[in-house]
Amino acid sequence: MNHEKKIPLIRLAKRDGMEGWKVWCIRFGSIVFALLLGALVMALAGASPVTAYGTMISGALGKKSAIRQTVKIAVPLLGCALAIAPCFKMRFWNIGAEGQITAGAIAASYFALFWAGRLPSPVLLVVMGVSGAIAGGVWALIPAFFKARWNTNETLFTLMMNYIVIGVVRWLQGGPWEGRKGSQIIPQFDSAACLPRVLGVHCGWIIVLVLVVFMHVYMNHTKHGYEIAVIGDSVNTARYAGMNVGRVMMRTMFLSGAISGIVGFIVASGANNTLYDGVAGGVGFTSITVAWLSQLNAFAMVAISMLLAVLSKGAETLQTRMAVPTSISDIITGILLFCMLGCEFFINYKLIFRKNSHKEAAKS
Amino acid sequence: MEKTVSAIELRGITKRFGEVVANDGIDLRLNRGEILSLLGENGSGKTTLMNMLSGIYFPDEGQILVNGKPVSIRSPRDAFAHGIGMIHQHYKLVDVFTATENIVLGLEEPGKLDIKSAGAKVRDICQRYGFDIDLAQKIYDMSVSQKQTVEIVKVLYRGAEILILDEPTAVLTPQETDKLFNVLRAMKADGKAIVIITHKLHEVMALSDKVAVLRKGKYIGTVNTVETSPQALTDMMVGRAVTLNIDRPRYERAVERLEVRDLTVLDGEGVKKLNHVSFTALGGEILGVAGIAGSGQKELLEAISGLCPINQGEILYTPEGREPSNLVGKTPMQIKKAGVAMAFVPEDRLGMGLVGSMGMTGNMMLRSWKKGRGVFVNRRDPNELALRVWKELEVVTPGTDFPVRRMSGGNVQKVLVGREIASAPSVLMTAYAVRGLDINTSYTIYNLLTEQKMKGVAVIYVGEDLDVLLELCDRILVLCGGQVSGVVDARTATKDQIGLLMTRLGGKEGA
Repeated sequence: MNHEKKIPLIRLAKRDGMEGWKVWCIRFGSIVFALLLGALVMALAGASPVTAYGTMISGALGKKSAIRQTVKIAVPLLGCALAIAPCFKMRFWNIGAEGQITAGAIAASYFALFWAGRLPSPVLLVVMGVSGAIAGGVWALIPAFFKARWNTNETLFTLMMNYIVIGVVRWLQGGPWEGRKGSQIIPQFDSAACLPRVLGVHCGWIIVLVLVVFMHVYMNHTKHGYEIAVIGDSVNTARYAGMNVGRVMMRTMFLSGAISGIVGFIVASGANNTLYDGVAGGVGFTSITVAWLSQLNAFAMVAISMLLAVLSKGAETLQTRMAVPTSISDIITGILLFCMLGCEFFINYKLIFRKNSHKEAAKS
Repeated sequence: MEKTVSAIELRGITKRFGEVVANDGIDLRLNRGEILSLLGENGSGKTTLMNMLSGIYFPDEGQILVNGKPVSIRSPRDAFAHGIGMIHQHYKLVDVFTATENIVLGLEEPGKLDIKSAGAKVRDICQRYGFDIDLAQKIYDMSVSQKQTVEIVKVLYRGAEILILDEPTAVLTPQETDKLFNVLRAMKADGKAIVIITHKLHEVMALSDKVAVLRKGKYIGTVNTVETSPQALTDMMVGRAVTLNIDRPRYERAVERLEVRDLTVLDGEGVKKLNHVSFTALGGEILGVAGIAGSGQKELLEAISGLCPINQGEILYTPEGREPSNLVGKTPMQIKKAGVAMAFVPEDRLGMGLVGSMGMTGNMMLRSWKKGRGVFVNRRDPNELALRVWKELEVVTPGTDFPVRRMSGGNVQKVLVGREIASAPSVLMTAYAVRGLDINTSYTIYNLLTEQKMKGVAVIYVGEDLDVLLELCDRILVLCGGQVSGVVDARTATKDQIGLLMTRLGGKEGA
């Protein structure tokens, strides 16, 4: 029929909520789809996809030592995702976690380098952690203060702050904290300033798991968490309810920066045993993905950060064992993230095809 | 068999959103030279239906016929091609352009844009239908009614033969409404087909030839206006007989509760939003506040509740059996604790006072979140309150954790007003409490407010519909350009009197 022909082939319609299990099916499906796309890329690059995936998994989880390495990658990702979650819940776009990690690492390193002989190890580690938290918190407080007072753009502000603090580390590396003259390297920490190992991995993983529980309770069951949720939804409503929006913003950013600072301390003291300008290593940005993918749910972040860590560690193995260039594994990681974020579209919208408009087929 | 061909005919139109059937097999006909009112409670699917005509939605089932031919309208562009133009509730105009520039905007005509000849064509349209407008004026200089005129001319310029107006009178004064109606009648005489969506029954009776009624997505029927009455139409809309009277008892022991003296408020740019406003509100009366949108109503309520800085003046508040105290300089929290409650329903309904992503419980918590010691929030009491409001006000929602954003407009407002009333205030301020609500729900809200008044609460009611203000309130304060242009007794005042006060200050043209 003439009339029938004119109906568009595919139409979009907003979904009105969806059952939880379907949502998870779509999310799981998107991962499978991404892996299939990734297989195609690998085949194009001349590697057998099956072997390649096998290599990635065995490389990330095959041996005890591999698992330890993977966990080591996941710890800062998870910690940092926890740090930015309250900011994002508040719709305060803190993309300066990278700098806040570095600020925390600097403060912790100061005590590691200059107080190592004077304090017993446990006290020293606590001092390092606390100072890292304060430094990270203060570093995050600055953009929050400007936002609260003069409504500056927090995205640009937090981003720029990253470059400043990383510059400071470079200066410390080549100047006051330089170990051997001309080496441009800060010396290794004294063993008293290094986090002890538990089950073969530095005990940072215990700290972040405690933080997971803390953040879950904080966001869902405290007055602070409630304030954050209201402000994120509507600043006007928050004002109306008598909340001091500026103060909540500064408080939340301080907390966020403080957790990032603790991550900085964990990375410097537990993983690197020293400070260098790449201490954050992009974690501050990757963790944004972790936070979004897990929909700001603290427990989901554990799984997502592990997934990304497996990918990253697996890609490393792939490179050394099968001589597949790292760029291929970067592509696979990219495809995966794209599909996982993109599938939210199918959760919020449905496609309606022309023929069976009566049945309203929804596809993932 | 040359019968009169309908300008528009809908056959069995169905539209679903997920599980919700917004329109269920709707049939509708409209001839040239006719004005049809589309009537229905909130959520009955009026706007959805019209959005399908104007190309915003696409029907799941059914057929649309324009001039007797089946058509498929996939986009607003298609709608224009078929001569259908819609004037939305929120105008879509470019502020820094003139009227003419806005009117010709977005038209793809071959060749260079010739604004001069376009201007002549626009002027011609204005003359034909009696539009009174300065075409060289920029939009940001215009009043709401002038902007609306530009929207209508824009649609006509594009050759619309079928016009759809979504609640066009909601923001107009009585005088402006009359002007609009004259224009619509002129268009009707010119052979255009017009559909008007409105909640105001007296407008339906005054303007339209036919009335089509929808109820819960279903088509109930079409009647000729001359053969029906407001009461009959309401019964059709609601599906059962309802009484349309607002009970207005007098509260005998009215006492002074709130006195505003010489209140002046500037906005961020230093523009005077309130200019030496003085009045008193009594406990046991409903004080209506009338005025054109943006005359300072919002600032007045915000100033009293401590949400916006006050440049000058006093707000004296006398709680039951206590000494008067000045509210100026207190924080919103202190003012709220003292017993001054505000339920402000902004245009988007959720912007102020509600958290869209939370359920009823989370929203009830907005009033109590700070209570109690310790760092944890108490969810039990707000949940009990939510259950109470749910039951008492018959809020339609699957549960107290269902996000209010996904509830229908009327239910959202019940949650908002219900929460404020539940706090047992001694001053209750509401703004646009029935904004966009259907008749039935509106009356529920009016009754709630009257109940509060009879408890000795000072109710301040900022409203849009003058008929309601005159029926509901004891006194009406009229604002014009941030100044009080008069206070009238609602039992004796007339609509025209208030309409004049809304636009004039002591005989002079208002700002």
